[in-house]
Amino acid sequence: MILLQVVVGGLLLGAVYALFSSGLTLIWGMMNFINFAHGEFVMLGMYAALLAVLWIGGGPVVFGLAAALGLFLLGVIVYFALIREVMRGPMLAQILSTFGLALLLRYAAFWIFSPNFITLPHTALAGTINLAGILISIPQLVAGLAAAVLATLMHVALMRTAVGSQLRAVAEDRTAAMLMGIRPDRMQALAWGLAAASAGIAGALMAISFPFSPAVGETFALTAFVVVTLGGFGSVPGAMLAGLIVGLIQALSAYWFGPIYKDVVVYGLFVALLWLRPQGLLGTA
Amino acid sequence: MRWGWLALAAMLLAYPWLVAGSASGAFLQDMGALVLLAAIGAAAWNVLGGYAGQISVGHAMFFGAGAYMPLLVYQHWQLPPLLGMPLGVAASLVVAIIIGFPTFRLSGHYFSMATIAVAELVRIVVGNWDFLGAAIGLQGPATARGWYDFVFRSAVPYYYLFLGVLALLLLVTWQMQRSRLGYYLRAVRAGERAARSLGVPVRRYKLYALMLSAGFTSLAGSLYALKTGFVDPDSGLGILVSVQMIIIAALGGAGTLLGPLLGAMILVPLQTATNTWLGGSGSGLTYIVYGGVIVLIARFEPGGLVELWHRQATARLMRRGEARHAA
Repeated sequence: MILLQVVVGGLLLGAVYALFSSGLTLIWGMMNFINFAHGEFVMLGMYAALLAVLWIGGGPVVFGLAAALGLFLLGVIVYFALIREVMRGPMLAQILSTFGLALLLRYAAFWIFSPNFITLPHTALAGTINLAGILISIPQLVAGLAAAVLATLMHVALMRTAVGSQLRAVAEDRTAAMLMGIRPDRMQALAWGLAAASAGIAGALMAISFPFSPAVGETFALTAFVVVTLGGFGSVPGAMLAGLIVGLIQALSAYWFGPIYKDVVVYGLFVALLWLRPQGLLGTA
Repeated sequence: MRWGWLALAAMLLAYPWLVAGSASGAFLQDMGALVLLAAIGAAAWNVLGGYAGQISVGHAMFFGAGAYMPLLVYQHWQLPPLLGMPLGVAASLVVAIIIGFPTFRLSGHYFSMATIAVAELVRIVVGNWDFLGAAIGLQGPATARGWYDFVFRSAVPYYYLFLGVLALLLLVTWQMQRSRLGYYLRAVRAGERAARSLGVPVRRYKLYALMLSAGFTSLAGSLYALKTGFVDPDSGLGILVSVQMIIIAALGGAGTLLGPLLGAMILVPLQTATNTWLGGSGSGLTYIVYGGVIVLIARFEPGGLVELWHRQATARLMRRGEARHAA
């Protein structure tokens, strides 16, 4: 019974991983670019939720939207102020730009919010429900389900809407898309906004049930790297599947080997993947 | 040009002796040693990041391997720390192959991601392993049992030791620049597909650069351990160790011979000064500034200060030429 409970908890957290990793893989698909500050975007989503609760009040819908909106704006600003220029530069500039941004955001958060762990003051969500003998905490259930719905919505929007096809067109062939009258610049800015917003909501959802500090971003960035590699770079459905798998592996290794080793197992999996199947589960070489 | 080199060498050799007379002589000598140590780390990173264009954001793992091994052999078997140095280099080379072999087939982003993931993995494992001191860390000999322990009260012996290693590293880098390896690496940096189509064995040469870089980074870690006699997961393997190497190399000029030394000469005194003025509370602020500086370099001047200086000098020469032409 406890094992089943661990599995459910892992899958619910995995759904949140799937949500923020979808953002990272979307940007990779669009422009072959890895955002090293993606974990910091998740962390900022947590603090955006905190500020929204303190200043506006209201439930998860309010602070979820606030985190999404705030991070969407940040993503668009980062694209226009930084990414658009460094894309033309050498590899050094591409990687160091977001690596430096990650440091800047992390230590600015240290400075503003202090390095201590905090929790959201109080939310409408609390308690556990008993599903056929399995105890599930309501905040985690809500976070997992909301993340699963949002990640699926993102995938459907990419596949079924006009803007989604334009995004995919730019990812497929930038020049051809331009000849069809699509502005790649706008689409890439939109992708950065969406990616940051997905990270922001994911952060807000995790903030409901877990305490957080400015340092948590690095772990989330690495988790997203593993998820995106496992799912196949640029594949949103792959990231969704891989997110659930990574959440499950983490929960099981924490249960079997102890909580310190949950990240060790996941990062080890990453190195193994690089050796054995760098194209991921759903990717092609 | 040759005079410039001689002047630089003379200045570096005479520095401890020049500052010895001043009121804060010991402090300045210590800072000089720290500048050289930081320059060794950054120059080692530069071989891979600057010349080959493969950006490691986890070089702390090689530094840490070099820092842990000397103190490990001392703590467990009372051996001279110096004997741990080759072990650190060996461990670094093994890790370098584990990361480099699979990722160098793929786009450069995979290598960067793998370096940060493995560095974090190593930090967590070491931080929980009692044999390696866990969270507390390892200590070196407090007092020297003989010269072979390399424990000195003054910073001057360390200064000259570091200077010797830096000179060796810069000599190797300079030789590399002019050799087949150097040309191949620059071709890889400029365009990997083009290099491969011209018959450059890209993957093998990137691995050579990584191993050279990892080996010297490990030496830097060993020298650090010899001087401070202490290492823990944060000071040996933390992400800020990697950040320090990156920012110094990028600020001075990635892919240039003297860029790392220039970067260290600027950054280390600045760091010491801000720590003194702002006290312990200032350290967080320092890293905000580091992050900002890295972003600005990437955005505006990926070539660093050396590149900026070259451009200015060329512009000045051009202007002078035009003036002569007009007259």
